[in-house]
Amino acid sequence: MGLVSRPERGLITHDAGSQEGWVATRLDFLVNWARANSLWPMPFGTACCAIEFMATAASDFDLARFGMERMSFSPRQADVLICAGRVPFKLAPIIRRIWQQMPQPKWAISMGACASTGGMFDNYAVVQGIDTIIPVDVYVPGCPPRPEGLIHGIRMLQQKVYNERSSDTSIRDEMEPDPLSQLYIPPSVIDELGEPFGNSVNQTRSAP
Amino acid sequence: MNQRFQVVQPGSAEASGASAPATPKNLPNRGGETNPSAGALQQRFGGAVKRVDVVWGETTVYIDGASALEVITWLKDDPGQQYDYLSDVTAVEYREAEAPIEVVWHLRSLPFRRFLRVKAQIPKGQPLEVDSVWPIFKSADWLERECYDMFGIKFRGHPDLRRILMWEQYKEGFPLRKDFPLRGRFSRSEQLRQALAQNPEAKYSMEELTIADAFEDLPESMRERLKSGERTGE
Repeated sequence: MGLVSRPERGLITHDAGSQEGWVATRLDFLVNWARANSLWPMPFGTACCAIEFMATAASDFDLARFGMERMSFSPRQADVLICAGRVPFKLAPIIRRIWQQMPQPKWAISMGACASTGGMFDNYAVVQGIDTIIPVDVYVPGCPPRPEGLIHGIRMLQQKVYNERSSDTSIRDEMEPDPLSQLYIPPSVIDELGEPFGNSVNQTRSAP
Repeated sequence: MNQRFQVVQPGSAEASGASAPATPKNLPNRGGETNPSAGALQQRFGGAVKRVDVVWGETTVYIDGASALEVITWLKDDPGQQYDYLSDVTAVEYREAEAPIEVVWHLRSLPFRRFLRVKAQIPKGQPLEVDSVWPIFKSADWLERECYDMFGIKFRGHPDLRRILMWEQYKEGFPLRKDFPLRGRFSRSEQLRQALAQNPEAKYSMEELTIADAFEDLPESMRERLKSGERTGE
């Protein structure tokens, strides 16, 4: 999830030569079919993307077609976190807490430019992409994305769910964020990696 | 909380009685009709009023920072002024290194249908301090906290002057100052680390929500539940 790239696989089928038996692959297929078609979203709407998300959930675009009409406002019963909108630093511990409260299996969709990269809000207050806090499965581009775009992202996530295998246990590994690990990179290294940067020659990523 | 509110009819104190409000047209950029309160202030406070500007028909009065509370109290209480609504407290810093920082109060008089902008200039190098107008306008509470959060201006006499938009452990300074870099002072990773180190539970207190003040206004059933020791929001 996030850090590890996985080999491309098609839809789960029974391969007579493989180690996985017919029952395991068929059971995986059944479980994945059930999961992919009953993803309950935890809406984390902070900005205008949430309006498009509401439009997607409403009758014109009708998320119920994908088994998602039940908004899960309790993270304990949610399957997919849909972050719609920019996340300020003040909300960073809150979105991480919500993600930690969601039970496995869980997925995350980063909806829109701000949630994915910080977007135009390249300033002191906004997190530059929620993938710096939680692992993200699908990024939906757009400012805000049209409902068709979000539905395309949801279909991609469903495809991802279809491709999961119960024999692959690493897929549910969670990195416990250690508050003392600091995630700290020295400013000099950041400047070296980050340049050229933004629309100003005088401003680096790390310093005034 | 239990004070009964007095209904103010807009324009009720005007000489012509409560007439329909008219949108002014063809206003000059500079000059034009001065708000009569500016003249009254000059008469009453003399030297404390430094300058009066009229820009696009809106009057700005520059006053001495030390007399801000006195001036605004008079504007509120004087029967000829009745500025009963404080719509904003903010500050302005200009690009020039030597230009003073201005603290701005936006006052509105509903009975007279007047708007007055009061500014106090604090020269660079002086302590950024003015008196809080919280004792006369309770709405100044959060406005002054925001002004302190963004500019670092200390409001003397404010009951609870701490950050309101940024979190309380925010260490990078005051974001709307001109010497504050757009992306903040720390690296992105350090900013994120500090943000994630906050405890999201430690945000609100009963004092902040002032449920205690509103206790008498709560429904009977809720009062019973709170009296029996039931806790909420934890």
